[in-house]
Amino acid sequence: MSERENILGRIREALKVNAPLPGWHGERSAEHLSAGDPAANARNLAARSGTASDWLPLVGASVAEQFELFAKNAADLKADFQLLASRDELKAALLKLRDAEKWRRVASHDGELSNFACKALGLPVLLTDRGYDVQEMEQCDAGITECDALIAQTGGVAVTSRSAGGRALSVLPPHHVVIARREQLVADLPAAFAFLQQKYTPDFPSMISFITGPSRTGDIERILVLGAHGPKKLTILCY
Amino acid sequence: MSTFVSDFKTRATEKAGDLRHRQVIRTALRGYEIVRDKRKAAFQSWESARQAAAETKWEAVNHLDKHLEALTAKLEARGTKVHWASTGEQAREIIAQILRDKKARCIIKSKSMTSEEIHLNHALEKEGFTVVESDLGEFIVQLRHEPPYHLVFPSMHLTRGEIKDLFQKELGDAPSDAPEELTMVARRVMRQKYITADVGFTGANFAIAETGMISITENEGNARLTAALPKTMVTLIGIEKVLPRFADLALFLPMLATAGAGQPMTCYNTMYSGPRQPGECDGPEEWHVVLLDNRRTELLADAEQRDALHCIRCGACLNVCPIFRNVGGHTYGTTYSGPVGAVITPHLRGLQEWKHLSNASSLCGACTEACPVKIDLHHHLLQNRRNASASEPAFFERLAYQIFGIVANEPAFWSLAKKLGWLTQPLQKAVKGSALDPARAWTKTRDLPAQPRESFKDWWRNRK
Repeated sequence: MSERENILGRIREALKVNAPLPGWHGERSAEHLSAGDPAANARNLAARSGTASDWLPLVGASVAEQFELFAKNAADLKADFQLLASRDELKAALLKLRDAEKWRRVASHDGELSNFACKALGLPVLLTDRGYDVQEMEQCDAGITECDALIAQTGGVAVTSRSAGGRALSVLPPHHVVIARREQLVADLPAAFAFLQQKYTPDFPSMISFITGPSRTGDIERILVLGAHGPKKLTILCY
Repeated sequence: MSTFVSDFKTRATEKAGDLRHRQVIRTALRGYEIVRDKRKAAFQSWESARQAAAETKWEAVNHLDKHLEALTAKLEARGTKVHWASTGEQAREIIAQILRDKKARCIIKSKSMTSEEIHLNHALEKEGFTVVESDLGEFIVQLRHEPPYHLVFPSMHLTRGEIKDLFQKELGDAPSDAPEELTMVARRVMRQKYITADVGFTGANFAIAETGMISITENEGNARLTAALPKTMVTLIGIEKVLPRFADLALFLPMLATAGAGQPMTCYNTMYSGPRQPGECDGPEEWHVVLLDNRRTELLADAEQRDALHCIRCGACLNVCPIFRNVGGHTYGTTYSGPVGAVITPHLRGLQEWKHLSNASSLCGACTEACPVKIDLHHHLLQNRRNASASEPAFFERLAYQIFGIVANEPAFWSLAKKLGWLTQPLQKAVKGSALDPARAWTKTRDLPAQPRESFKDWWRNRK
């Protein structure tokens, strides 16, 4: 017999005995519920009416409130979030970053927004789409990507290997710049997961990553340091 | 007395009296408590979220066979090679064989407690492979040839001064003891290693049955790089980490971050569903996922304690445990320390050898209250005690309780014992704490309360 069958066999054997219901510390058994004990059922339901959106941190209903929340959360995470009125403003914001940090070369990928950004910057660009040299990407001053969603609840973004130029682009260069559209904002995490599932089923990109602030560590005396292994800076430009 | 017990007692006594250690741990955890409480309060209902998480895990673990089959089918459909290991030894051999086949030399590794559980680094190094831990805390303890101190904060027992000295000695590079500069030293050391390593090794936080994904939670970006750059990727995961649905992560990711580190979300939460797919520009050409049992099915067979497999390794129970905070993570001598370690280690490594961990508890229940998936931790500690004494009763303990039972059930014996106790009090005081004292274990570091002349029962009977 293969180890697979051995392990599955042991699991099936073990599961012949029912476990008590979770979270009641032995007060109610599974038999109570399956026998239709109304008191147990009522208590069970009372403890968790609603869905994850009703328990996770509150998000306002209007888009304005959601952008306000996103901006506050991003600031708490030490990410730079700029809500811009037009493509001209987007271009100006990019040029300001380029000049302030003296960028010489950036890495990016093919995409309507990322192409616009690279053209606006007027710098040499390493494109990842048809393969790239890792050492060259490591030398780039910034990685410019698009994203799948902005999540108001967390102040973070969701990227995938398909939407953001592969696995390394959003994490290898020292500055990650996300270019997003306003319509990409979603309220909360359940909405983000539902959106991704709907967008990609059944052919998911091999990597989906929720990026919530620039790379960080607290491993030395629990003191926050940005840029542990990934980007020291995360800029989200949304127009 | 087995060596595990005596080692535990020696280390616990030493650490409990180490005021410097206590100070370091308290300082490290004070900040955690504040941010954790703030993040918990931001939830509309943390309690409902806990109950839902507990029920989701219950559903996952109680249909584990079904979920593992779905997970495997989905992973394999996209070109991932899935391996099954009943024991740690099998898992080590599977991983070593992958490295041999790839003619690998250097392995870059992101944080994995499961690999600590099977002592993977040691086995691979013995075969001549170079293993580099990329998580900063893990890198620090690897340089010290130590196991991680804590599930989530591996180097929390060290001060910046100690880390500076370590980097100076081992890397010859430590400009100052500022955490910022020390972190940058590690960043510089690691950067080229991601690029040149032959194999990237990761652990995992969750597996998703519905979509065939492995989810990895981290803050530093080291796991992201480990899963992006090397040509071969290997992931080791315990079979209990499975969740039924993709959407379940919407709840589990923020809960893990909140309970574990007081963060709303950790910096990177990444779901992998295969090696590099057609049309993608990077990522490993091969991905091997190793599913590990290592006696988890024995814990599964204990229906009473099955919910211990719900653990998401957030470390919240360690952080609040008065025992952990005083004796520290290394004292346990186990991969998983603190309350959850005391519950599961006897199942994973033998009840009789590890039953003492269940007694190293005040049964205050702080762990159970802190657990984001509502594992009944302190009751499980009691059940371990009961199971240990039922399977191998201690003769003198049993005799002592039998005698106590007789005395306590017979009023004449009881009042005689009371009188004797009162009369012998001065004698006990004279020998307190010395070799002659029968209650030495207790009185060495404590006073026995004085027994009054008149008991409550006497007072009740004589009251006017």
